[in-house]
Amino acid sequence: MQQIHLGHIDYTILLVYFGFVIGIGWVLKRYMKGSTDFFLSGRSIPAWVTGLAFISANLGAQEVIGMAASGAKYGIMTSHFYWVGAIPAMVFLAIFMMPFYYGSKARSVPEYLKMRFDEKTRGLNAISFAVMTVFSSGISMYALARLLEILLNWNFHASIAVSAIVVLVYIFLGGLTSAIYNEVLQFFMIVFGFAPLVFLALKDIGGWSGLKEKLIPVATSQGYAAGTWTNSWSHMGKVTDNPMGVEWIGMVMGLGFVLSFGYWCTDFLVVQRAMAANSMSAARRTPLIAAVPKMLFPALVILPGMIAIALHYANGNNLLPMKDGAPDYNMTIPVLLVKYFPTGLLGIGFTALMASFMSGMAGNVTAFNTVWTYDIYQSYIAPKKSDEHYLWMGRWATVFGILISVGCAYLASKFNNIMDMLQLVFGFVNAPLFATFLLGMFWKRATGHGAFWGLLGGTTGAAVFHGLAIAEGNTPGIKGGWIAQQFHFHNDMGQNFYMATVAWTTCFVLTIVISLMTARTKSDAELKGLVYSLTPKPETAHEPWYKQPVTLGVLILIATVLLNIIFW
Amino acid sequence: MNFDLRLPIGLLFSFYGLLLTIFGAMSDSALYERSLGINMNLRWGLVLLMFGMAMLFLAWRARGRAPK
Repeated sequence: MQQIHLGHIDYTILLVYFGFVIGIGWVLKRYMKGSTDFFLSGRSIPAWVTGLAFISANLGAQEVIGMAASGAKYGIMTSHFYWVGAIPAMVFLAIFMMPFYYGSKARSVPEYLKMRFDEKTRGLNAISFAVMTVFSSGISMYALARLLEILLNWNFHASIAVSAIVVLVYIFLGGLTSAIYNEVLQFFMIVFGFAPLVFLALKDIGGWSGLKEKLIPVATSQGYAAGTWTNSWSHMGKVTDNPMGVEWIGMVMGLGFVLSFGYWCTDFLVVQRAMAANSMSAARRTPLIAAVPKMLFPALVILPGMIAIALHYANGNNLLPMKDGAPDYNMTIPVLLVKYFPTGLLGIGFTALMASFMSGMAGNVTAFNTVWTYDIYQSYIAPKKSDEHYLWMGRWATVFGILISVGCAYLASKFNNIMDMLQLVFGFVNAPLFATFLLGMFWKRATGHGAFWGLLGGTTGAAVFHGLAIAEGNTPGIKGGWIAQQFHFHNDMGQNFYMATVAWTTCFVLTIVISLMTARTKSDAELKGLVYSLTPKPETAHEPWYKQPVTLGVLILIATVLLNIIFW
Repeated sequence: MNFDLRLPIGLLFSFYGLLLTIFGAMSDSALYERSLGINMNLRWGLVLLMFGMAMLFLAWRARGRAPK
């Protein structure tokens, strides 16, 4: 792999960026008067800011590096992660769920569960979420440090230290507001850093028609139909027809419904951004404003991957570095940056790459310190303390959250298996969540016992299914089939989609059955503002059409359907 | 909160824009072989400068007004 040589101007750009990021935290410090300022930005942020932060918190390294890699590996079918696996859930969150999250004045997603169900359901969600977020932020840090080591020959330890300290300083000073403001900065950085890359790469390959033509040999040489890399739906009839190895039913159910709604509608990492909005209307518009760039991101992250693989084949398997006999897809974006960017612009592109890692990390850290302070510390360790005390705790939770993340980054560098194992377990825990929220918000009869045991049952269901299912070419063990090899899948992705569907269904059915068998613990009056049928609909008639969630949501869905048809 | 985010965004991108534009105008054309012969520093610098200035303008127009 060719190393990047950064010039003085590139380092200047990078350092100025770090300076700005920390400067924003420093300016915001004086606004942090109480814990609500620190954890919820005092619910005072305008919708365009929360909207862009919402999408930026999700635009971590995994997104930029991973989606470009998928673009190279699977072609435009990767867009399903956006147009099927994100937009519908974001619209649903805005229209149906945000009134409860924002209207209930819950300070976190686990706290909503406590208000709606009971203490144990909150505890289960809060603890599993807190553990997951510090680990994710650690994995993000590890990935960044590895990349910098390979590309720039930077010292691994120094990279970890620098990224951890920058994120630590600006969150310690300015809390969630600082994270949100910097996420918006990162958003623009990423857009302006990668747009010229797409422009140059697309020009180089002869535009969309040139790309289409050059992707034909990529598909046919791997035994697929000619248009496989440039059609999103046409080749989804059978698992063997496309490189993703999934058919449309499994994809729509697993990705489009269970995984997508589970992430976008219940993950506090993103929901927290909307909760910081300055009004109900702004909170509901947050995911909708975010949906617009999300809809267009495939052009920014998937397209470069498709171009890279086309160039790779056209040059006789020479562009992407090889790893274990296959192209190292994760190197797509760095390789293209080196190929097309002159020094100067390279600084912008490279800073954008760093920004994407840091926004993912910061999002996890702010979600962690809030859940830790409100849902674990205030609830179980030190209740009834002064607000200053919780503000103090939040600041220190940021410090030790980042320290644990650093520990996880080193753990990831030493024991890859532990990380695979943890991510697997997180998958089990996350898959059923949306069933609990759906029943909680739309069925007033759902009880705390039903929710708690339903969640545990769903997680168990996921684990058992995983133990019984195996994908082709995998040996029984961490990849599945550790009980018996009962269900066979074409590949890991299909196995994962069906596992999610099984977990969701188990949780959904169990919650209903147990709820019906147990007595209600919350009266209709207590559930007002928490359950759909008991809550007055938010009044939006006085708002202009472009501020009405339903109107915006419908427009966004129409645009998404059109995109799917154009690239069918 | 009385802190308009458009201000730092405008400052950052105006600075980057200015930096790239000047660098692009002064640098040797051999540098742009990899960017298909296009002086991307100059061109993209101008784009960033315009974006930065637009953000600064919006922040300036809204100065002193209580945030909604």
